[in-house]
Amino acid sequence: MSGGLDRRWIYLAMMLAVALPILWNGVTGKTFPESPTPPSQACFDAIEALPEGSRVLVSFDYDPASEGELAPMATSFMRHLMHKRLRPVVIALWPLGPTKAEETISNVIKADFPDRVNGRDFVNLGFQTGNEGVLKVIGTDFRKQFPVDRSGTPVDRLPIMEGITKVGDFPLVITISAGYPGGKEWVQYVSSSNPGLVLLAGVTGVQASQVYSYYPGQLRGMLAAIKGAAEYEALVSAAIDGDGVTPPRYTEARRRMAPQLFGHLLLIALIVAGNAMYFAQKRCKAVAP
Amino acid sequence: MSRSVALLICLIGGLTMLVSPFLPMATGWANDVTDWFNILAAMAFVLGGGSLLKVQLMRLSARGPGWGYSAVTLLAFVVTLWVGLGKVGVVADPSAPMVPWSGKPDDEGSAFWWIYLYVMTPITSTLFAVLAFYVASAAFRAFRAKNLEATLLLATAFVILLGRTFAGVVLTGWLPDWASGLRLENLAVTIMDVFNTAGNRAIIIGIALGVASTGIRLMLGLDRSYLGGDA
Repeated sequence: MSGGLDRRWIYLAMMLAVALPILWNGVTGKTFPESPTPPSQACFDAIEALPEGSRVLVSFDYDPASEGELAPMATSFMRHLMHKRLRPVVIALWPLGPTKAEETISNVIKADFPDRVNGRDFVNLGFQTGNEGVLKVIGTDFRKQFPVDRSGTPVDRLPIMEGITKVGDFPLVITISAGYPGGKEWVQYVSSSNPGLVLLAGVTGVQASQVYSYYPGQLRGMLAAIKGAAEYEALVSAAIDGDGVTPPRYTEARRRMAPQLFGHLLLIALIVAGNAMYFAQKRCKAVAP
Repeated sequence: MSRSVALLICLIGGLTMLVSPFLPMATGWANDVTDWFNILAAMAFVLGGGSLLKVQLMRLSARGPGWGYSAVTLLAFVVTLWVGLGKVGVVADPSAPMVPWSGKPDDEGSAFWWIYLYVMTPITSTLFAVLAFYVASAAFRAFRAKNLEATLLLATAFVILLGRTFAGVVLTGWLPDWASGLRLENLAVTIMDVFNTAGNRAIIIGIALGVASTGIRLMLGLDRSYLGGDA
């Protein structure tokens, strides 16, 4: 029992609050409109401001547990970069990050931008162990930590890596992170020691309150949880698709806003109900002889 | 003797990292120290695996409550290790198609990739998703407006919960522009931007000061707890 109510009813209500909007969305294909908050708009503007051909360092610092929140961000970032003809250099500080990166590359670049060449227009340099130690070293010697790409090709032979010796050579760095190491460590070890470098972060809801402290100083823009992902996704869709139809794989974040809405409403209803019962019991005790 | 060597390594490593931002010639030394750290971090993976084996084997042999979970953990560990190290089912790399083990262990089509995609991904995603049920239950049972502080926390939670969804727009979107700061989505941003940031920055500065003082204590050998025992 959960405060006078069998918790299985709560679980059932939560299941319905999440499942029904997903079904509704699947049937109608409709999503809620999104108006961007300043941190999401800042992410979009920072990428828009880069000249064509610029190289962007993208760090996949998450694993499947946070995929629901972060994969839509990664997809939108990659789509935006490709549309602007920017060149992403992908790394990972989490062991399962490279696999997430490969999935994003496969879903976005290989599916919609097949003319882009691996090693020239994008590259996945894989995972490097050492957490903030990796960030410390790439501040002065990038190739020491990432000497080869994921398929074993030396970075010296990759056209995309020409002239890159340290992380400060990238005009823009994006970290998509679920915890440690992630947004906070990128600020502390990279952004702080490279004042000209623009850093963007996509983070989970749990991490957002902590990372928000660095915005808009050390962190130029941030996507906070699935809400931030949905706002940024809407901006990217508006820029690329205009009034046309957005392919479903580029609406994943907005599709998740309906389950989030009803989940939140249920939480509020439960809190109100719990408090009503609490005060009713208190009153009964007070009037009881 | 061994403790003195460890203390000396700690002092040299700490000092090198400390002076490297100020001395260009020390940058290379700091990178070398970081390389040592990375090697140790990689070794920690091995130690972690050994520790997991030891603990789970002990539980299994003791046949205490939950020994079946230990058996599953051990089986999963050994199978994944064997599949990864043995490159089971790895597709040959296109640059060396005649060499069967030339592909990477986690390339698409390999057994390791299969385990990742069909076992690990659903399990970890499910575990994360189950949190929603526990949060709902806990909110109902524990979130009470018992005093002023709890009531403020409750009100803040409502603003964030509504402001981070379309409900905020529906409920307060009608407010005129001069009162747009009171719209729930803008209130949520203000709470994050002002109150949350102020609190977090204070905590971060406090932690930074604590880390600095702990670092100095470690380098000077005043704090030897990392050496273990009663050092």
